[in-house]
Amino acid sequence: MARGKHPLMKCRHCDAKAVVNMRQHKLALCGPHFVEWVHKQTERFIEKYDMFTRDERVLVAVSGGKDSLALWDILLALGYRADGLYIGLGIDGGLSYSDESHRYILDFIEARGGDLTLHTVDVAGIYGASIPDAARLTRRGREKPCSVCGLSKRHIMNRVAREHGYDVLATGHNLDDEAAVLFGNAMVWSVDYLSRQGPVLPPSHPGLARKVKPLFRFYEREMAAYAIVRGIEYMYDECPHATGATTIRYKELLNQLEESSPGIKLQYVLRFLKAREEHGLFAQVREQLDLRTCPTCGQPTTNDGACSFCRMWERVNDRRIEQGL
Amino acid sequence: MVEQQQRRSTPAEDEVILTYRRKTFTVAPGMTVRDAITRCGLSPEATLAVIDGELVTDEVVLQAGDRVKLLATISGG
Repeated sequence: MARGKHPLMKCRHCDAKAVVNMRQHKLALCGPHFVEWVHKQTERFIEKYDMFTRDERVLVAVSGGKDSLALWDILLALGYRADGLYIGLGIDGGLSYSDESHRYILDFIEARGGDLTLHTVDVAGIYGASIPDAARLTRRGREKPCSVCGLSKRHIMNRVAREHGYDVLATGHNLDDEAAVLFGNAMVWSVDYLSRQGPVLPPSHPGLARKVKPLFRFYEREMAAYAIVRGIEYMYDECPHATGATTIRYKELLNQLEESSPGIKLQYVLRFLKAREEHGLFAQVREQLDLRTCPTCGQPTTNDGACSFCRMWERVNDRRIEQGL
Repeated sequence: MVEQQQRRSTPAEDEVILTYRRKTFTVAPGMTVRDAITRCGLSPEATLAVIDGELVTDEVVLQAGDRVKLLATISGG
């Protein structure tokens, strides 16, 4: 079937047919102009939110999914000094999830000539158990391993960034991620999280790396489109443990609103940030946050004594010994 | 009328076949990609469409014989 027979939407900047129509921006673009737009926008966000400069070393947390690989690709295209970090979680789920994810990252590197730095952390090799095994051995992960996974990833990302002297840790969180988290936190008025959520998390403690989300204003759909247009092969299958995840339900709800009100997700996140920055929303909560230093790993914690990560892994390894694993 | 099928070996030339993960749907030609996505019970805000290996916008009108690959864009956990 010849595509020419279809009535086609044209790119705003040339006569080529559009491949992406972003209703929230009233902007339709062809492949090359969409890539150019994503690059320019990312550069603009990095500068606007003071994320990092070209002199700084950036560690990109890559999972093998579309967002993180797109982020790495964009930063490299823009000329930033960006290396990758892959955390091997040991998730199988019947589809060798972690191994396949790793393979996509290695293919990404090979497709760019192989001359990229990737730090790889094998959770089971270093800490003694894979994430699913650790979850089975702790109360925190009894229902689902996502909490164990999130806690471990945050700790490891911070540790690697600090140990290797990176100025900043970048993650591929997109607008839909941010809107879903904001929605979830606002539903239960989790003021502690609401006071901290944003595109830049400055290091509020000597043991913390600066964290940034350069893609936080792009819709998830746009990042998937970017990966396709750029020919980036990514792990399409969802994490087997994400089935029925609250975040996905929130994203679906927000997309229902977006269908009838294009741009509502973007406004939701941007106006929240504006209310916090310009009107002091949750400012008191931020000031009250009392961070201490974990005596075991040196990372910050709100606990007295060991941080949640160290406590959890201590319990996991106690149980492993008890059970002869 | 949307029809969901598990497997179809000889699609008719007068219909539009859409695949999404391991599911197959059939719609009549003449509707837009956006309408077809909705008819399949999916969200246009969370789905991209590829025809003949190329990304297409939601406004494209589907024609008889089109084979459309629908891609989920939501991830998370």
